[in-house]
Amino acid sequence: MNLAYFRSLAARFFHRSLTENDLEEELRSHIQLRANDLERVGLTRAEAERRARMEFGGQERFKEECREAIAGNFIDILVQDVRFGLRMFRKSSGVTAIAILTMALGIGATTAIFSVVEATLLRPLPYPQPEQLVSIQADLPGLGANDVGISQPEWQDLQESGIFQYVSPTWFDENNLTGSSQPARVRLLLVAPNYFALLAVQPQLGRAFDPHDHSPGIIPEVVISDGLWKRSFGADSNILGKSVRMDTDLYRIVGVMPAGFDAPGRTAEERNIEIWAASSFYGTPMPDHPPRNRRYFPTAIARLKPGVAIAVAQKQLDALTASLQKQFSGDYPPQNAWTVRLLPLKERVVGNVRQSLVLLLAAVGLVLLIACVNVANLLLARASVRGREMAIRRALGAAPGRLTRQLLTESLLLSLFGGVAGVAILFLLKDFLLRLIPENLPHLNEISISWNILLFALVASVVSGVLFGLAPALQASRLDLNHALKQEGRSAGSRERARTRRGLVITEFALSLVLMVAAGLLLRSFWDLLNVQLGFSPQNVMIVRTRLPAPNDPNNDKYATDVQETPFLRELVRKCTLLPGVQEVAIGDTASIPLDQTLRDLKVISEGQFFFSIEGRNVQSDHSTVAERSSVTSDYFHLLGITLRRGRLFNESDNDNTPQVAVINRAMADTYWPNENALGKRFKATRDGSRWITVVGVVANARTESLARADVPQIYLDLYQTAERRLSVFLRGRFRTAAIADEVRQQVQSLDPALPVYGTQTLNETVSASLSQRRFSMELVSLFALTALLLAGLGIYGVISYVVSERAHEIGIRLALGASRSNILRIILRQGLGLAIVGAGVGLIGALIVSQLMASLLYGIRPTDPLTFAGVALLFIGVALFACYVPARRAMKVDPMVALRCE
Amino acid sequence: MGNEAELLPGTLDLLILKAVSLGPLHGYGVLLRIEQISGRALLIEQGALYPALFRLVRQGLLKASWGKSDNNRRAKFYELTSKGRKRLREETDGWNRLVAAIASALAARPQEI
Repeated sequence: MNLAYFRSLAARFFHRSLTENDLEEELRSHIQLRANDLERVGLTRAEAERRARMEFGGQERFKEECREAIAGNFIDILVQDVRFGLRMFRKSSGVTAIAILTMALGIGATTAIFSVVEATLLRPLPYPQPEQLVSIQADLPGLGANDVGISQPEWQDLQESGIFQYVSPTWFDENNLTGSSQPARVRLLLVAPNYFALLAVQPQLGRAFDPHDHSPGIIPEVVISDGLWKRSFGADSNILGKSVRMDTDLYRIVGVMPAGFDAPGRTAEERNIEIWAASSFYGTPMPDHPPRNRRYFPTAIARLKPGVAIAVAQKQLDALTASLQKQFSGDYPPQNAWTVRLLPLKERVVGNVRQSLVLLLAAVGLVLLIACVNVANLLLARASVRGREMAIRRALGAAPGRLTRQLLTESLLLSLFGGVAGVAILFLLKDFLLRLIPENLPHLNEISISWNILLFALVASVVSGVLFGLAPALQASRLDLNHALKQEGRSAGSRERARTRRGLVITEFALSLVLMVAAGLLLRSFWDLLNVQLGFSPQNVMIVRTRLPAPNDPNNDKYATDVQETPFLRELVRKCTLLPGVQEVAIGDTASIPLDQTLRDLKVISEGQFFFSIEGRNVQSDHSTVAERSSVTSDYFHLLGITLRRGRLFNESDNDNTPQVAVINRAMADTYWPNENALGKRFKATRDGSRWITVVGVVANARTESLARADVPQIYLDLYQTAERRLSVFLRGRFRTAAIADEVRQQVQSLDPALPVYGTQTLNETVSASLSQRRFSMELVSLFALTALLLAGLGIYGVISYVVSERAHEIGIRLALGASRSNILRIILRQGLGLAIVGAGVGLIGALIVSQLMASLLYGIRPTDPLTFAGVALLFIGVALFACYVPARRAMKVDPMVALRCE
Repeated sequence: MGNEAELLPGTLDLLILKAVSLGPLHGYGVLLRIEQISGRALLIEQGALYPALFRLVRQGLLKASWGKSDNNRRAKFYELTSKGRKRLREETDGWNRLVAAIASALAARPQEI
């Protein structure tokens, strides 16, 4: 390629017809000159011109060769091919429509899943320099406890270590926002004053916190979200400086975050923060000198210094933790093996959905591949009809490459049309599809059809076009001219084409079987999870939540002591029991809501994970004890149907002045007091100054923590002996679920009008929501698998129909010679079954590999679950038989006379 | 007749370059010139000349412009570019080396081995 080439290319592009005329004129002038010479030799003018033309040879052929020699000629050919292709599409509109629809389905579905993957996994977090953002995660592998949170002194050490620009704990909490007509519960994130500087995000209105503020207590300023600003303050532009009352304390609003700003949390609740408050985490209401071993920040985020890789920072951090462990050996017993890990912040947000999303993308990719194979099959069928056309064009001098190119252009056109249709459908269904995405799927970036997505759709279309166009195109280039032309009206090259088509159907079957097995395994896991023995009964149970305020100044706290809180709780239970239809009432904290996964961080710090020491055990080893903890009233167990095995539940005599008691589950008793009677044993929280807690009862195991695990050690404390602020009211009975929230609100607010009532849900909904992510991938993979099965069925149907029409003559002869119709049916079915069995065999091998890769997504079954494999294989054979039966019946009805006369 | 030689593949381009190097020519003129300088020993299919000419123009070895022929017809004239001249020199050298090598190979007699 050189300048001359580009110049002539440009000339060619802009003056295409000019060059065409040039060529015409040049050749004409040649012939005229030659004729002049011949005339001079003595021929008549007419004879001379005739001779000149003859000597010149095939003008059209040379013109074509000239055109090809001219730069930029491919544009002409392309335009020609496209025009011709479009004409062919119009001629066989049925096949074309099916091909385009199939591709639209494949490309549309793939693009849809890709847009989710792109927004969650591929795009960086929507904060400036996201690669510098890390999450700080502390583990105690010696205790088997991960993500245990960090303490205030640890945060200070990290902040001053010089490894980071900023470090900020993030403490998710709820708060009662009062002042408007109805007290509301807001999602609050308590952060260090440097939080917004760390994320490098500016408020749309006002300012963020001063990153260098190190005053004690909670800074009386808040930044609010765009959503809260619009919802609760009517988007008031004079909002700055106004005060809000949260948990009876006054805060000044200093900033409003822009719309679309989400906090980097793991659940929808934790991302959708409404109010940010800041603190340096010492001084009232917190201790003036927070102890090192009270890790009450569930997590911390940090921004690395520019240009420092995570691995480098991790090394520095390892050195820091080693020296801290030496310096404060009392707080870091060596057997706990305290470690602090840096994780890309994005990993914390999306880490737990990566596998399911990759699975979905792979599944939908397989569907696209199957769609390609299907269309290739369709085109091959059409190619057999077009064999004669190709043969004639070859005979007239078209180069084989030229025909291949024509066919490839046609397939590319088809897949581009399919792609456009797919993306168009996606656009139309966008809102509907977005609603299908589970709420907890982290996507800080908006899922949208962006340029990236369109580019992906384009690439997918082109790649699939080439993929499914390749087989027919190559076939055309290998056309046997003699053979093809000799076969009068019959299709040409049928033998080889039939072999290719059979190969394609086998591929299709194998691919869809892999998908079907994956779907089958997910479905069985899901089914098993649904039918697991819960150990509690979620039917007719409603949960309504409320929250007692926790003011910063203890003097304002109406519920500071149990003496103040207990009457409220007892009165609330009494009033709720009187509500129409309500049979039983119990109250617990947030951790007591079975299978609730919306507030993971909240559970880590104040409820949930509980580190304790057992009385009389070696102080060294008793650090290795951790259990789930919740606080409940004694009615909780009967209400949920958790049976008492030994000892007693809580009773009226348990109060602040009597020893603290606990009920534990069997898993806890078996784990910590194996071969012993757990009743009467005592344990206490590992933190200083905590009271001994006596085991008074053992209840049956219930899967309240995780559907997949039955044996999570669980401690239930008496709600009347603890000072829980976040309350869940459990109601069992037959009542109108829609009205119950208001009825409970009236009761709660008749006791204290400043309390918010929220989070109403049935326990069935909670249980079902805990499966939402599994359900999402299970449903989508099943949908894809069904599509694949349908496509494979259509594929085998097409091939067998073709075989039948090809063999009509032979079948006619067989019938004429006395073959029975059932013989014919058997012959045809055997052919289809053969394809299906080979395809299934190949597919089973592929499925074995794939199922190993998805082992961690399964529950209760092994990746090689024989029932699933056998079931899917049988289903496939069934579908294949059915798909073959329809054309086979046609074969049975062949009239020997007609078939024979056809020749 | 009988003294006509088949054109070796690839030699048409070389012959065209040579013919045009002797002075600008239109297509038919190239044909006549080749016949003339080869002593009418080389026969060229007339139509095949044009794809070759177009190819040489694209490679930047020839340039073409419209002009008037001897008898005042409009015709497209080809002339050598400097790049074409260089290519002609190289190809001529290459050809001569080839011919010499083949001639010497063909002239070999048993006693020389």
